Amino acid sequence: MSSATADRLLAPIGTAGKLFAFGLDVGRSLFKRPFQTREFLQQAWFIASVTIMPTALVAIPFGAVIALQVGGLIKQFGAQSFTGSASVLAVVREAGPIATSLLIAGAGGSAIAADLGARKIREELDAMMVLGIDPIQRLVVPRVLACMLVAFFLNGLVSVVGVCGGYFFNVVLQDGTPGAYLASFTALAQLPDLYQGMAKAIVFGLIAAIVASYKGMNAGGGPKGVGDAVNESVVITFMLLFVVNFVMSALYFQLVPPKTG
Amino acid sequence: MGVEIKIEHLTKSFGKALIWKDVSLTVPAGEISVMLGPSGTGKSVLLKTLIGLLKPDEGKVLIQGVDIASCPEKELYEIRKLFGVLFQDGAMFGSMNLYDNIAFPLREHTKKSESEIRNIVMEKMDLVGLLGAEDKLPGEISGGMRKRAGLARGLVLDPEILLFDEPDSGLDPVRTSFLNQLIIDLNTQIDATMLIVTHDVNTARTVPDNIGLLYHKHLAMFGPREMLLSSEEPVVRQFLNAQRVGPIGMSEEKDADELEAEKGQDLPPLPPIPLQQEPSSGIPRRAQREPGAWCRDNGVTPPPGSFAPNMSMAPGA
Repeated sequence: MSSATADRLLAPIGTAGKLFAFGLDVGRSLFKRPFQTREFLQQAWFIASVTIMPTALVAIPFGAVIALQVGGLIKQFGAQSFTGSASVLAVVREAGPIATSLLIAGAGGSAIAADLGARKIREELDAMMVLGIDPIQRLVVPRVLACMLVAFFLNGLVSVVGVCGGYFFNVVLQDGTPGAYLASFTALAQLPDLYQGMAKAIVFGLIAAIVASYKGMNAGGGPKGVGDAVNESVVITFMLLFVVNFVMSALYFQLVPPKTG
Repeated sequence: MGVEIKIEHLTKSFGKALIWKDVSLTVPAGEISVMLGPSGTGKSVLLKTLIGLLKPDEGKVLIQGVDIASCPEKELYEIRKLFGVLFQDGAMFGSMNLYDNIAFPLREHTKKSESEIRNIVMEKMDLVGLLGAEDKLPGEISGGMRKRAGLARGLVLDPEILLFDEPDSGLDPVRTSFLNQLIIDLNTQIDATMLIVTHDVNTARTVPDNIGLLYHKHLAMFGPREMLLSSEEPVVRQFLNAQRVGPIGMSEEKDADELEAEKGQDLPPLPPIPLQQEPSSGIPRRAQREPGAWCRDNGVTPPPGSFAPNMSMAPGA
């Protein structure tokens, strides 16, 4: 009885360990040749095609909400000239990577988990292994790299669209001045802000793709198993991404001194 | 010439559920063997263990002296090139058409030119009767065609060992019969070791050289076809003759009450042993034995009417 309880308590640790081991397998297969260029390009194109539009559409209200919230607050402080900097801090540092990760996990990751899960239950993955081909090298590595690449570019897209959205709301709807927005933008923002946003996006893409691939390749129990795998992969990715985002933000503040000016 | 598969004391469980325990047998080189068993006795699990897709808890699977269950992954991928496997639904890659599917192993593992690949693929597609369907996607064809395409893909690397996971599930009796004939003809041509996992009794009675029966988490019996077909062992006899009387119940084993109720019942007599299906060329296979040879050598009297030509295949009919 006690061992049954212990088993249940320890089960999540086992799963986490397996996920990590899977990540290491992927890392090892990354350097195996031949590299699957075709699969990589196809996947990158596919992930980009399912994420670009939703990302742009999410980024506009994201930038606008931040402009609205911060605009009101800053007016009460009497520091309207700093609205631009609020936008950069919020959008470039946080909103960009987070919106990217949500879209990569929700649109890209779920597609990967569904695809690999369907292959798993149709025994395609087994057939591949029997034909002497490692599905991790063949299928997972190109997907992970494609996800990272697309996440990197999506982050740029969110940053640009978010900042533009903020500008539009601030200048057109809140009677801010374009000059103040742009001037304060450079007053607090620095290049490392952009770097850390990019770094976050790449790490988020990596995590989303690995979790989705792991869940997809371990789907079981027929079509319902695939549905469950997709669902779990999205939930797990979200949880992981928010934790990792916090850790990376905390590290960033420790490592990079804020710009004073 | 085919390669022998030696299975020693194999045990497998998923979590707390034991699948089978202490399974030991040798699948003889170049012969056709069938592994039978009621649904859910882990026949497919056994097959997947043989190719290293699942790791057994204990025991060894020896192929050319290499233990599949414990060898490093690199060696495993090498040894798998000896195998051709037909999965239940063919397991074709959904994103490729049939031609690319069948050419896939050649493109991955050989340095053959496209024209050589084309010749081989066309030859194998002809063999399984799929010429003209090269451009179809796996989703567009019937289950029987997918199975045959899966078989063609398993054949292109000239395997030494061919494994079939329920080749007859979901096929009508006529197609099953054609597929069985194909299996026998293939054995004549390439002399590969063949292991068929099925629960189709007709196939088991007429196709193989050897039969094995998995039942109640262990291997009940493994041996020459005639040995099992003439066996008086209750489980073997019940299953091979598709009878209700015997130790196997609707869900796993029967309980004591049910067995008690059957006690007085006479077992139906053993039906005659049918002739083994012949290669369509008429040239006997290397592993083929003369009908009745095993019974004669071991002093077993086969049931009356055995080995008569034109006998009905369906048991009890």
